[in-house]
Amino acid sequence: MSELPTGVERRAFDGTERLATRGEPVYGEPTDGEWRAWNPNRSKLGAMLELGMDTGLAGGETVLYLGAASGTTVSHVADFAGPTYAVEFAARPARDLLEAAESRDRLFPLLKDARKPESYAHVVESDVDVIVQDVATRGQARVALENRQFLADDGRLLLAVKARSEDVTRAPEDVFEDVRAELEEGYEVVETERLERYHTDHLGIVARPL
Amino acid sequence: MTDETDAATAGWFSDLQPGDLEAAADAITEGRAEAPREWPATAVEDGYADSRDDYYDRLHEATMAATRTAVRKRERADDQQLVHAIRAMDDCERTANELAERLAEWAGTVDPDAGTGVEYARRLASGDEDGLEEPAIRSLAERVAGLADEADELREFVERQTPAVAPNLSALADPVLAARLISLAGGLEALAKKPSGTVQVLGAEDALFAHLRGHAPSPKHGIIYTHDAVRGTHPDERGSAARAVAGKLAIAARVDHYSGELKPELEAELAERIETIQARNAEDGDAATDGGTDDE
Repeated sequence: MSELPTGVERRAFDGTERLATRGEPVYGEPTDGEWRAWNPNRSKLGAMLELGMDTGLAGGETVLYLGAASGTTVSHVADFAGPTYAVEFAARPARDLLEAAESRDRLFPLLKDARKPESYAHVVESDVDVIVQDVATRGQARVALENRQFLADDGRLLLAVKARSEDVTRAPEDVFEDVRAELEEGYEVVETERLERYHTDHLGIVARPL
Repeated sequence: MTDETDAATAGWFSDLQPGDLEAAADAITEGRAEAPREWPATAVEDGYADSRDDYYDRLHEATMAATRTAVRKRERADDQQLVHAIRAMDDCERTANELAERLAEWAGTVDPDAGTGVEYARRLASGDEDGLEEPAIRSLAERVAGLADEADELREFVERQTPAVAPNLSALADPVLAARLISLAGGLEALAKKPSGTVQVLGAEDALFAHLRGHAPSPKHGIIYTHDAVRGTHPDERGSAARAVAGKLAIAARVDHYSGELKPELEAELAERIETIQARNAEDGDAATDGGTDDE
C-alpha cells in the first residue's frame, strides 16, 4: 500500500477507519474536529487512494482538476494540495462547487469546457504537478491528451475512465483498452486498476507524460 | 518576450487594474490563450500582483466572481426555467396522485362511501363530503388538493412560457410536450443539436438501451407518443408517423434556437405528411407495412 499524501490521514469515524482531510465540510460527510471523512464511493480519486494506487501525491501540489462537478472530490484535493484549478462545464453542479471554494482560498472554480483548453489557458498556469480527470464525456483520452500542455514533464495524470460515457453497449474491458491505447499517444501508463469496489465500470489510471 | 498586443499569448490579468473585480471576472470568462504559461510569475513581473500569494488571492477572487456570474446567467436562461417548471409540475402531479391513493385507503376505513383520486380529495378538502369528520384525514385531503392546484398552476406557467422560448416547437407540438422535449434534452440548445432519430426516442431510454444491448426491438417513439399525429395514427403506421413528427420537431427546435423566428410552413408540411401516412393505412386495410410489434 503506497503512502498517503501529507494532509490525508486514516482516522476513525464511528469506529471505522476512513480517509480524511482537514477543511470545511462540503457534502454532509461525517466530521471529527476539523477532519472530515472522504467517501471513496462518491469520489474516484478517493477510491484510487483507498485501493492503494501509486498516485505519487505527496501534498502541496499544484493541481488541475477536470470535471470538478459539485466539488466533492476537488474540495478534498484542495484540502491537502496547493493551488487547485477546478474546471466544470455544467452550471448546476458549479453552484455547489462555488460553495466549496468559498472557504478554500487556493481553489479556483472555472465554468469551462475541458474539451476546450484554449478557453482557460489564459488562467491555468503551465507546469502543474498533477492533472486529475473525471469527466463523463465521450473522448476521455482525447481530453487528457489536449490538457497535456498544462502538465509539468515530471507531473502525473490521475484519470478515472467511465466506460459508459464512451459507449454503453460495448464491454467495459474493450472500452478501457481503447482509451488506454489512445492515451499512450501522449502518456506512459504507470498503473491501472478497476475501481469496481466503489464505482461500477470505472478504470483508474496513473500516467506520466511522455 | 511578451508581446502585450498579442491577446493569444497574454494572461487574464493583462491590461487589468488590480482593483477592478468586474473587469477581472470578464477577462476570466471571455478570454482565451493558445497555451498556458507561468502566469503567477508573469503577473508579479508585470506588477499586477506583489507576490505569488497576492496573485493567488486575486485569482481566487476573480474566478469566484466570474463563475458566480456565469452560473447565474446560464441558470436564468429561459429554457432552463421551463425545464424546472415542467419537472416541478410532474413531481406535483405524481405526488398528488400518490397521496390521493393513500387518502382513499384511509378514508375508506372511516367512511364506506369514500371516493378515490384527486377529485375526491378536492371534494373532501372543500367540505362537500358529509360523513367524514376526522380532522387528520381532512387535513391530508387539503394537502392533496393544494398539490394538485400547484400542478395546475405550473401547467399554466408552462403553457404561457413555452411559446415565448420555443415558438415553432410549441406550434408543432403542444407547449407541454415541447417543454418536455426541452427538459429531456437538458435545454433548447441541446435539443437543437440532437438528430431527429434521437428526438424520436427521447423519453424511451430504457427501451432504447434494451434494444442496443440486443434483446429488444427498437422503440418507435418516446415522449412524442403523446403528439396527436402519432397517437392518432393506426399502430401499423405509427413508426412512420413518429419519424415524420420527430423530423419536423428537430427542425423546429433548431429554428427556435438559432433564429427564433416563427416558420408556419413547418406546421403545414407536417400536417400534409401525416395525412399521407394516415391515408396509407386507410387504403390497404390490414397490410402491415411497418413490421414489429407495438410496445406501448
